[in-house]
Amino acid sequence: MPLEFSAQAKQSIERLLTQYPNKQAALLPVLHLAQEEFGHLPDDVLNLVAQTLQLPPSHVFGVITFYTMFHREKGGRNELMVCTNVSCMLRGGYDILHHIEKRLGIKAGESTPDGAFHVVEEECLAACANAPMMICGDKYYLDLTPQKVDTILDDLRKRWQERATQALPGSGSGGNKTILGLGPNQKA
Amino acid sequence: MGREEAKGVKIVTKNFGVADSHTLSVYRSRGGWEAFKKAVSMAPAAIVDEVKKSSLRGRGGAGFPTGLKWSFVPKDAKTVYLVVNADESEPGTCKDRELLAYDPHLLIEGMAIASYAIGCRHAYIYIRGEMILEAKIVQGAIDEAYAAGLLGRDQTLPDGTSFRFDVTLHRGAGAYICGEETALLNSLEGKRGWPRLKPPFPAVKGLFQQATVVNNVETIMNIPDIILKGGDWFNSLGIGKSGGTRIVCVSGHVNKPGVYELPIGLSFKELVFDVCGGIPNGRSIKGLIPGGTSMPPLDATELDVPIEFDALTSDARIKDVEVRPGVPFDMGNGRRLKTMAGSGGVVVFDDKTDVVALCARIMRFYAHESCGQCTPCREGTGWLARVCSRLAEGDGRAGDLELMGNVANGIAGNTICALGEAAAWPMMGFLTKFRADFEAKLRKAA
Repeated sequence: MPLEFSAQAKQSIERLLTQYPNKQAALLPVLHLAQEEFGHLPDDVLNLVAQTLQLPPSHVFGVITFYTMFHREKGGRNELMVCTNVSCMLRGGYDILHHIEKRLGIKAGESTPDGAFHVVEEECLAACANAPMMICGDKYYLDLTPQKVDTILDDLRKRWQERATQALPGSGSGGNKTILGLGPNQKA
Repeated sequence: MGREEAKGVKIVTKNFGVADSHTLSVYRSRGGWEAFKKAVSMAPAAIVDEVKKSSLRGRGGAGFPTGLKWSFVPKDAKTVYLVVNADESEPGTCKDRELLAYDPHLLIEGMAIASYAIGCRHAYIYIRGEMILEAKIVQGAIDEAYAAGLLGRDQTLPDGTSFRFDVTLHRGAGAYICGEETALLNSLEGKRGWPRLKPPFPAVKGLFQQATVVNNVETIMNIPDIILKGGDWFNSLGIGKSGGTRIVCVSGHVNKPGVYELPIGLSFKELVFDVCGGIPNGRSIKGLIPGGTSMPPLDATELDVPIEFDALTSDARIKDVEVRPGVPFDMGNGRRLKTMAGSGGVVVFDDKTDVVALCARIMRFYAHESCGQCTPCREGTGWLARVCSRLAEGDGRAGDLELMGNVANGIAGNTICALGEAAAWPMMGFLTKFRADFEAKLRKAA
């Protein structure tokens, strides 16, 4: 069955399109919306966005891969974005990152085997006066200490376990990671 | 001299600390939208003149005079766009995020006045993608302004003409380069955030190929008070050719890091020791980055200089940045580089800091964020990051200092946008000011 946006998302896209003089300009907001709806942006979602905005899939691919917040791979986990840029570095940002890596048994760039956490070494996140810091979702965790991090991780894991018992959002099917085979009539 | 006049004056942070300052009712109860009422009783050209008189300068980094920027919009332009740059990403900078969260209506009113002045009818706010919560707050404020009829409705002005103004919030998606104004415009058009060649400048051909003014959040939030209290008043708060106050974000090794609105004539020494409570753990200051990591650092002997734009580019107490000892860096036509006030992000480091490691971290950042369009930047930032990192880790080789100086010198001035300089300037700046630290690393490696 071909992938479709939900009725609500379709309505949002209609509204978005009234705010720009052409369809292409709505690409970033529509990609945000698609990622919210399907969890990530594999080929079938990419093609759906391209068709919706009448853009070449290659253009959409180029845009998705340019921006770090768009994910081609499956999400549904707590993404810990830990800043290690200068302001955080000077106040122990690397200690915080290493503490998290040790506690979760993974390195930055990796996910825990249960899928609960993904850790990213992040660039400056504009909270320098409250260094060291990290973001998870829309929440800023400021003035971190290893003790604070422990509490945050426990809390996030608990909430993730509760959520995991419900259905995860997203039906994106994964698929290949190359530009090949992205024609609108081809299934990845 | 406006130092005394500006003491305690709050313009863009005037509503900080007030409960529910992000709501329209609170904003209005504190005099919100009065400036817009006054503005529309004036001719658009008179507003541009008032802003010129105020000596307001762009708060995003370059410090370009705002009124002058507005006056570059061609008189016969059919469509004019105002774009607010809220893509705050320069390491060490954390002011716009707070301004957006605490006083989004001040931004919207400032945008309405600016749009009236330049002839814009639809403005965009480009907000950094990672600022999810802030985007919700700003969108909430926009929705409130629409519901109150301040936006999206034909309003009859005192002169009988009609003014309708729309605002759209547009979220970025994680790319430092989109803070560069032409990259931002490409991103807003649904493209990769690649900077454009200038000219044409955005004022002539910007968003959707139309005349466009791009202003920083803090810049626009100064506009309502300039209109209410006058350009002369704003100008009197500053020093030299810079009017008003300045938001400074202080981070790193200080006792009281924070976001402060301060007189623009304040010195760095006063900032660090009087405002921020000095250096913790009984240590002394080694130096600081004056305006985001793309600006060459100041050492401990250069801190009597005020935080003002022109002082940082020209004060004789600041040493010239060199390519190598005795060879000053040439910005073109023999112009020397000292540093710049940049984004107001001040990063302080104490005497125990490994400045080579600090510099290497900055270089890794720019290597990561280079968009890849221009060879000198794409390749050069990678070289700087790798060579500086190996030196920091104790694997430096003879000639590395000269290599880094030469690579940096080869990037600067040879790229489409300023990201090249953003890496090259601090590289040469750190080498100039803290050469002994780099040499010590080299000796250790040998």
